[in-house]
Amino acid sequence: MVNSNIYFRIIKDRLFLCGVYFFAFLVIVPLFLILYYIIKNGLPVINWEFLSSLPKPMGDVGGGIVNALAGTIMVVLTASVFAIPFGVLTGIYLAEAGKSRIADAVRLCAEILQGVPSIVIGIIAYAWIVVTFGSFSVFSGSVALALMMLPVVVRSTEETLKLIPNTIREASLALGVSYTRTILKVIIPCGLSGISTGVLLGVARISGETAPLLFTAFGSPYMNLNIFKPADTLPLLIFNYATSPYPDWQAMAWGASLVLVAFILIINLLAKLIGRKWEVTF
Amino acid sequence: MGSNVLTINDFCAHFEENQVVNNVTMKVEQNMVTSLMGPSGCGKTTLLRCINRMHELVPGAGVKGRVMLHDNDLYAMNPIEVRKRIGMVFQRPNPFPSMTIYDNVIAGYKLNGIRLKRPERDKIVEDSLRKSALWEEVKDRMYKRGTFLSGGQQQRLCIARALAMEPDVLLMDEPTSALDPKSTAHIEELIIELKENVTILLVTHNMAQAARVSDFTAFMYLGDLVEFGPTEKLFTVPEDKRTEEYLSGKFG
Amino acid sequence: MLRAKIDDLKRQIIQYSDHVEKMIEKSIRGLVSQNEGLLKSVIKEDEDKANMLELELDRTCTTVIAQYQPMGKELRTVLMIYDMSNAFERMGDHAVNISESALPLIKHKKIKPFIDIPRMSEITIKMLNDCIEAFVNESSKIAKEVCKRDSMIDGIRSQILRELITFMAENPSIISDCLHILRIADNLERIADLTTNICEDVIFITKGKVVKHNIQKKN
Repeated sequence: MVNSNIYFRIIKDRLFLCGVYFFAFLVIVPLFLILYYIIKNGLPVINWEFLSSLPKPMGDVGGGIVNALAGTIMVVLTASVFAIPFGVLTGIYLAEAGKSRIADAVRLCAEILQGVPSIVIGIIAYAWIVVTFGSFSVFSGSVALALMMLPVVVRSTEETLKLIPNTIREASLALGVSYTRTILKVIIPCGLSGISTGVLLGVARISGETAPLLFTAFGSPYMNLNIFKPADTLPLLIFNYATSPYPDWQAMAWGASLVLVAFILIINLLAKLIGRKWEVTF
Repeated sequence: MGSNVLTINDFCAHFEENQVVNNVTMKVEQNMVTSLMGPSGCGKTTLLRCINRMHELVPGAGVKGRVMLHDNDLYAMNPIEVRKRIGMVFQRPNPFPSMTIYDNVIAGYKLNGIRLKRPERDKIVEDSLRKSALWEEVKDRMYKRGTFLSGGQQQRLCIARALAMEPDVLLMDEPTSALDPKSTAHIEELIIELKENVTILLVTHNMAQAARVSDFTAFMYLGDLVEFGPTEKLFTVPEDKRTEEYLSGKFG
Repeated sequence: MLRAKIDDLKRQIIQYSDHVEKMIEKSIRGLVSQNEGLLKSVIKEDEDKANMLELELDRTCTTVIAQYQPMGKELRTVLMIYDMSNAFERMGDHAVNISESALPLIKHKKIKPFIDIPRMSEITIKMLNDCIEAFVNESSKIAKEVCKRDSMIDGIRSQILRELITFMAENPSIISDCLHILRIADNLERIADLTTNICEDVIFITKGKVVKHNIQKKN
């Protein structure tokens, strides 16, 4: 009587374990398929010329994506310059303020901002900046991307700082250190790991955004290092080339996809590495 | 005979509407260990934190009455100045995790932007670590982070950090309650050695510790200072009935 | 901390025993050399000091127990030192009694030269010295040996009594002097008893065994 009960339970156990492994496997498979496809189609296209030269006019064979690379880097960098200080400072404020009315309101706004569709943000940036200045520009694109990066940085900064035990703060205050210095010289260094991770993840996120750049950075076949002029970015290039009728361009779209995915993957790995290296245990 | 380093007069402290310290008057003598003991919630930790003005950092907290450090009214001074002259060691050891051991000891100067020449800094670090009986154990590893230190060693590091500021008074808030018995014994011995250099005011919920370590003991209950006197007297012939009951374990 | 305090206590008790030994020795010397000054100083100054030492020791023992919660052997040591201090105080009292009895004696002519009394006091003082040595060295062997000598003291006392009875029978006018001598012998015998009590304490400290009241069985 007891024996059969045990058998039944062991079988149920094994079945459950198998189920769990199976579904985990199922989840990983699409990721590997994606990577496989991108590598299969993109790798043959990548060579030095691809990475270092400008695109040729429509119809011509050859050319490269260097302007899109430059544009991506510019737009992401400019967006970071806006979003990082703003986001980190807001995160510090929220972590310190705790439960006040204003803090709750700010937190709510950040959450809502995170939920706004990227295309809508693009349109807003268009209305605010492109129309005002009269032209498309990297600058307007970076504003849009900054708005998307902001909530990520705010949230991760706040969460990181909240994890720092109050005893550290007290230790500093008890030494006669002022509140400001305590935040700047004690709390932030302790939280550097989490804050950097948050920033890098934000960067990874916005690197691949296309919709907001459609009406802001707009794209351009030329190399442009002026942020007040339009420029091409990798996602935009992929969008344009993939939907074009030229097989040459379509192949280049695959190449650009591989570069973009590699770029984002590297940033993610970097985030993990830095997180671990600078980690501070309490 | 010692002079009084701290004079507390008719001191009250409250959190919002709750009065947790009621009209306490006592004196802390120089180069002596004074302990505040009592059951949980009696106000001893609050009183301690009022002395280095950490109590007022809590929203809604306030005080009444006077605390004098020698001839200076602590509540008329800038709180930051107060905390530079009165050091504190906490219940849970809290060395700064992002700093090396060396930097931890000198943190009081570094964080306050006080610039010192290298030899002077080294001397302060060595002196403080020697005073807190940690020098021999860490002198070869001073430029590593302190996370590999045991609980007792971390607490001694915190003591060194506080001593580096050369405070007039060292406040200790249950410094051994998070430590194992062996580390506790080391820290108790250290406290007795330290009193030659600095006046110590110690909060403890362990009456045996107060008996072993302190020269003067104050017994607090429900916010009142029930009795204060030489430890020897308070533990053998206490004057107040409540003290007698606490000692025999009737409450707390 | 506790170690240092117990060493302190040990020093104090040894100091006490030295003082009591001096008192006994002074009393007997005063008797034998008929020195009134010595006897008076025992009665007036030395007793005060003995009482003061006892109070001091009592206070220290209480404080040590209250503040340091000694356990095991250390607890037994502190408790026995307390007991010993008590014993020394009574020895002091007995020494004073000896001096008080000696005072009237020295005013009269000696009945006979003092032989047994000094011998008794010598043995008693040696017992006192040895019991302190047993305490300091924590030697239950020495302690047991001291206890055995108690019977010697009893023997001498009985002999003195017999002798005094014959003197008193022959010459009724010296009865009061004889009674004083007997009183001195009794006090010395009580002092010897007290030293054996201390030795029992020492055995308790070192072995944790209680040997009071049935020392015969243990021996």
